[in-house]
Amino acid sequence: MSKLLIEGVSRTFAGVRGGQPVKALMPIDLAVAANDFITILGPSGCGKSTLLRIVAGLEAPSEGRVLLDGKAVTRPGPDRGMVFQSYTLFPWLTVAENIAFGLRERGMAEKERDGIVASYVDLVGLKGFENHWPKQLSGGMQQRTAIARALANDPEILLLDEPFGALDNQTRGLMQELLLGIWERRKKTVLFVTHDIEEAIFMASRVIVMTARPGRIKSDVAIDLPHPRHYTLKTSPEFSALKARLTEDIRVEAMRTAQVKPAEP
Amino acid sequence: MRPLHPVSPSIRTVLGISFFVLFVVFWAWITLGGHVNRIFLADPLSMLRDGWRLLVEDRFWLDILITIWRVFGGFVLASVVAVPLGIAMGAWKPVEAFLEPFVSFARYLPASAFIPLLILWAGIGELEKLLVIFVGSVFQIILIIAVKVGSTRRDLVEAAYTLGSTNNSIVKRVIMPANAPEIAETLRLVLGWAWTYVIVAELIGSSSGIGYMIINSQSRLATGQIIFGIIVIGLIGLLSDFAFKAFNRWLFPWSLA
Repeated sequence: MSKLLIEGVSRTFAGVRGGQPVKALMPIDLAVAANDFITILGPSGCGKSTLLRIVAGLEAPSEGRVLLDGKAVTRPGPDRGMVFQSYTLFPWLTVAENIAFGLRERGMAEKERDGIVASYVDLVGLKGFENHWPKQLSGGMQQRTAIARALANDPEILLLDEPFGALDNQTRGLMQELLLGIWERRKKTVLFVTHDIEEAIFMASRVIVMTARPGRIKSDVAIDLPHPRHYTLKTSPEFSALKARLTEDIRVEAMRTAQVKPAEP
Repeated sequence: MRPLHPVSPSIRTVLGISFFVLFVVFWAWITLGGHVNRIFLADPLSMLRDGWRLLVEDRFWLDILITIWRVFGGFVLASVVAVPLGIAMGAWKPVEAFLEPFVSFARYLPASAFIPLLILWAGIGELEKLLVIFVGSVFQIILIIAVKVGSTRRDLVEAAYTLGSTNNSIVKRVIMPANAPEIAETLRLVLGWAWTYVIVAELIGSSSGIGYMIINSQSRLATGQIIFGIIVIGLIGLLSDFAFKAFNRWLFPWSLA
């Protein structure tokens, strides 16, 4: 049985000032197996973030439904952990308190929390920074804390909305390896939205390519590269072949978004 | 001069102090130089002399203490009512829809115009003075806090929901701590306004306080005393502002780090 089922989910935004309603998302069907790492790749504005927010329960679909372990999603909840593109650590809490936030909401005793928090601080390599405020951290460290905060709740599925989008290239590469390493060791169902082709291939066991707005699924590509993956994989011939194929797929969509006609050969 | 170019701290201090010096020199020149009638404006030296006599002989420090107590009493009263209401209005839109129109209207009612009415209701005792400050501050605090709370970062609220927060814990664990520094800053601002209300309250139907001393001095043409009173108010305002700022910094280290 699938861990997550997206059944005919679409989203239409009401028109602004009596204008035509905007269709952001065509009906989408997607089945996600347990412990799969799925990346959703698409040009900006294709509705991939909207789809993720619907799975999180932060937005309601116009049609269709989302099932997690057979139960319909109606609102956000701790069974679907989320990491946002913007830095969403609570600025008034330290790193450790941020990671403990979900556990505290659940009513867990402080003693018990401390042990879990320590293990996740360790997992994302932030030992020694437990008592720092978010403002004192670099962007990469903030997103590591956000990942630890989402994972500490032990969610059924982890949702990531371009989590490394605001980071510089080098940091982004390190963050990819860190997250992938965690997934390889701990196993978790992951839905990861990105517009970066290399990132989508490197992380995924399956890449879903979306079309330009209104978004639908254009292709569904299994990535059978072996684990554990090392950053050198990105320069291997197999990787390049996948990248070439997806680049072609996404380029057509990006041009549709930007309203650019392909150059005549 | 290059626009927006910063100035070094030492030059900033020197420039800041030199205006005070220029101001006092100008004041001394027009008064001691005999350019204005001393009945209307005392010179700086007799102002200091009058002030010293006030403090030593007339026990003016008691008036100062009474005024301070009135400001803080009325201000604390207003805060206790206004902060929870402002948070409720910012957080829950039906509460805002219910109260916002009235509070916006009440905000423009001048506190000083209420004084005759408040004297009828509460007499000319301490309660009336506290109520003037209360009326003057409470609606302002409510509105400013409601706006700040209403603009709480939505992504933080969403993050908390995905971590399992309920509606009530969103208010308690996200909206309140996220806005606490802004709320404290608002209170600091309104405390400054409360200082103007208290003097108005003391000008009418009062027998103590800095404002009473000022109105009393007017009938005796003691302009030195009036100016001394005004300067004392300014100094206390400045000091309480500094203290409030330092307290906020100590309370919310995360917002500056």
